[in-house]
Amino acid sequence: MSETTVAISEREQFIATKGRRKNSLKCDADSIAGCVSQRACVYCGARVVLNPVTDAIHLVHGPVGCASYTWDIRGSLSSGSELYRNSFCTDLREQDIIFGGEKKLAKTIDELVAKHPAKLMFVYSTCIVGVIGDDLAAVCKAAALRNNLEVIPVESSGFIGNKSAGYRAACEALLKLIAPVDRAQAAASRTINYLGDFNLAGEAWIIRDYLAQMGVQINTVFTGDSTSATLKGAANASLNIVQCAGSMNYLAAQLQELYGIPYMQVSFLGIEDTAKSLRSIAAAMGGGAIRAKAEVLIRRETDRVLPYINKFREKFIGKKAAVYVGGGFKAISLIKQFREIGIEVVMIGTQTGRREEYDTIHELVAEGTVILDDANPAELERFMTSQGAHLLVGGVKERPLAYKLGLAFIDHNHDRKHPLSGYDGAVNFAQEVYSTLCSPVWKYTAGKGGG
Amino acid sequence: MLDCTPKEMKQRHGAVINPAKTCQPIGAMYAALGIHSCLPHSHGSQGCCSFHRMHLSRHFREPAMASTSSFTEGASVFGGGANLKTAIKNVFSIYNPAVMAIHTTCLTETIGDDIPSIIKSAEVPEGKLVIHANTPSYQGSHITGFSNMTKGMVAYIAETASPVKKEQANIIPGFVNPGDMREIKRIVKAMGIKFIMFPDTSGVMDAPMTGKFTMYPQGGATVAQIKDSGNSKITLALGRFASSDAADALTKKCQVPAAVLKTPIGIKATDALLLSLRRTFAQEVPAELEEERGQLVDIMTDTHFHFHGKTVAIFGDPDVVTGLTEFVLSLGMVPLHILTGTPGGAMGSAVGSFEDDINELLTQAGISANVKAGGDLFTLHQWIKNQPVDLIIGNTYGKYIARAEDIPLVRVGFPVLDRSVHSYLPVVGYRGAMRLIESISGALLERADRDAADEDFELVM
Repeated sequence: MSETTVAISEREQFIATKGRRKNSLKCDADSIAGCVSQRACVYCGARVVLNPVTDAIHLVHGPVGCASYTWDIRGSLSSGSELYRNSFCTDLREQDIIFGGEKKLAKTIDELVAKHPAKLMFVYSTCIVGVIGDDLAAVCKAAALRNNLEVIPVESSGFIGNKSAGYRAACEALLKLIAPVDRAQAAASRTINYLGDFNLAGEAWIIRDYLAQMGVQINTVFTGDSTSATLKGAANASLNIVQCAGSMNYLAAQLQELYGIPYMQVSFLGIEDTAKSLRSIAAAMGGGAIRAKAEVLIRRETDRVLPYINKFREKFIGKKAAVYVGGGFKAISLIKQFREIGIEVVMIGTQTGRREEYDTIHELVAEGTVILDDANPAELERFMTSQGAHLLVGGVKERPLAYKLGLAFIDHNHDRKHPLSGYDGAVNFAQEVYSTLCSPVWKYTAGKGGG
Repeated sequence: MLDCTPKEMKQRHGAVINPAKTCQPIGAMYAALGIHSCLPHSHGSQGCCSFHRMHLSRHFREPAMASTSSFTEGASVFGGGANLKTAIKNVFSIYNPAVMAIHTTCLTETIGDDIPSIIKSAEVPEGKLVIHANTPSYQGSHITGFSNMTKGMVAYIAETASPVKKEQANIIPGFVNPGDMREIKRIVKAMGIKFIMFPDTSGVMDAPMTGKFTMYPQGGATVAQIKDSGNSKITLALGRFASSDAADALTKKCQVPAAVLKTPIGIKATDALLLSLRRTFAQEVPAELEEERGQLVDIMTDTHFHFHGKTVAIFGDPDVVTGLTEFVLSLGMVPLHILTGTPGGAMGSAVGSFEDDINELLTQAGISANVKAGGDLFTLHQWIKNQPVDLIIGNTYGKYIARAEDIPLVRVGFPVLDRSVHSYLPVVGYRGAMRLIESISGALLERADRDAADEDFELVM
């Protein structure tokens, strides 16, 4: 593609190069009409956060499309109920748009509850519902009384912002679910909530296991492999740890304000961040025996996985990576994780990163690294090529783009099958980088993949 | 996962559970990708465009480019005219396509944006084209959207140059894979007939690896070709639901007569395509295709006892399901449950319905079955629970039912998200029928091998 294809002046402020222009990156703004944006909508954001609640009926109030595209949106695993893996929808038709969809919604809720006994239902509003003005809250309230279950409206009309607004809508819905508790009792519970892990490929289970080894019990995970009952009791925890900041910082802040539960940021991507996070949790939970157990765990696991990682590291000498992911916090962890395996990040961007996250990214990356917000495929192509990247980390839409350029690719989003959290996750990550970067396929292509 | 589906069936009025369709805009986006150098544009919120690109990318494993009007709250209150005008300007200055193909979403349909007027008042660069289709998500399905955008191509581009028609055919292939479109083109070429296929996603959604990312790959019907479709002797609309509206529009606009045929899946529908071409163009069927047909009949003879009396459930898009039903009947199989998510009759066309078409096929074969348009996979699952089958044929989402009921699944249709290569290889034509036989008999025999007791396990089949 020619240079002219990216020469749109409105986009210049969203792109920076470390060393040239410090901290000038624009972010958290609306996309420009007519761009090929990689961003999704409010509803999508709400759905990805709430969908891992396993025993809930997730009902999409809108035309069928919104429900069908998000039916299998995340590979969140469940240790119990599989109800969340069905796709429920009101399938609004023309007459519903004209006369309003409230009656159909009420009828749908009743029918679903009759077929699938559940304690909890989330009802998501889509673009159209926002426009025709259905009173979601009122219908949900009446249906809840009628059917004796909790029906929580999720205000996620697609046009009211981008994916971040959807995260917030999801957090608001979760706040409605959480039952108030006696704080004195809760603080003594000595359990923690793990926020911002959606149990993709069983990642939350890995972390649950680590914490159990340290003698720390998880009260509930938001929202990976969670149930209406565990979420309801969330206010019983004495600490909240937050992995995916983009989606869950708001909830953590609210839980602190409402119930006095302190929170801290953690990351379990890569061995450096995992160790750091386990130590901070131990310290926050009172140190002592917990701290000692954490050190044992860290030493044992590091010794176990380092030889694997070092073996992969030898294969990666001189390789460069480009990163384009959803949130800023994941981007930051990835820079460190690539460093662990000896790969330099030369281009990094996010869909919804925040100012302070971009500041951290700027601090972390090497001179000359390109940083960009809300990039389009043309920009990604241009900078991956000019920066000499061998590998792209992204989501499902970026995968074919990388392959077409002959670049290796890692899915760090919805489609992956292997856990990338914790020590085993770090090995999986290196293994995945190896299997794509060192595939014989690049011998037959004209691109740079595998170099 | 679907273990909780109850066997007892009750009438539902509101809920759709596990849809067997999706919404119009993605069909329009796919059709628009079948014009060379076209950028599809989604007039609505960002999510729609993002979902559709993601879904197409997952099915085809190709980049699916499309721009969006990026609606905000303001646009939804005050109308999307300003967004669309900015978008038109930006699309041509940033991405420089030959054509921008706008489709609407439920949001922009409901607030009532008047797309033709907005296009008229926008700055479209000299020599560039903006076309549009209204694709409200709350009507029809993705097949309707495909049909509407194809009709839009006729409305905006097709022209009549002279009253004398050229010795050429228009082929509207319907919502099928690029591999199918390639196969149909090969067949028509082998017949020695000049033709124009639109939309044509071959070369776009199955482009070769070159080491370069091209926004507009080599494939697709060119504007000149679509323009010239008004001068053709006949339009063959393959698949009534996805193709007949555009063919009708071309009859009305440019007096090109239309023949509506089935999607050429299986021997009978492929014969019908060749006969129609032979009749219109007085061409003999070449030895190459005769030979292929002979091979197919040979294969059907060799394997007929694998299939005879085996029961099957088929679901997916109406044109493909109709073709598959006719084909499995020709193999001696017994379709017991046949379902499409796309509602009722073909939008805007006066003739019959999906259920009529299927029931006619079943009556001829003396079989009674469950048949439903506008259904969902929950219904299909309940049918199967009440009357089990030996095989399911349908898209990826059938895998949940297949697992719950322990029935082999052959993946055909859209979307197939969990397997690869399918979009390159045809299910249409005689070759496609051979491939279907391989898949179906492979699935049934694999199952027989797996279930066989040690003493029954043998090499001979």
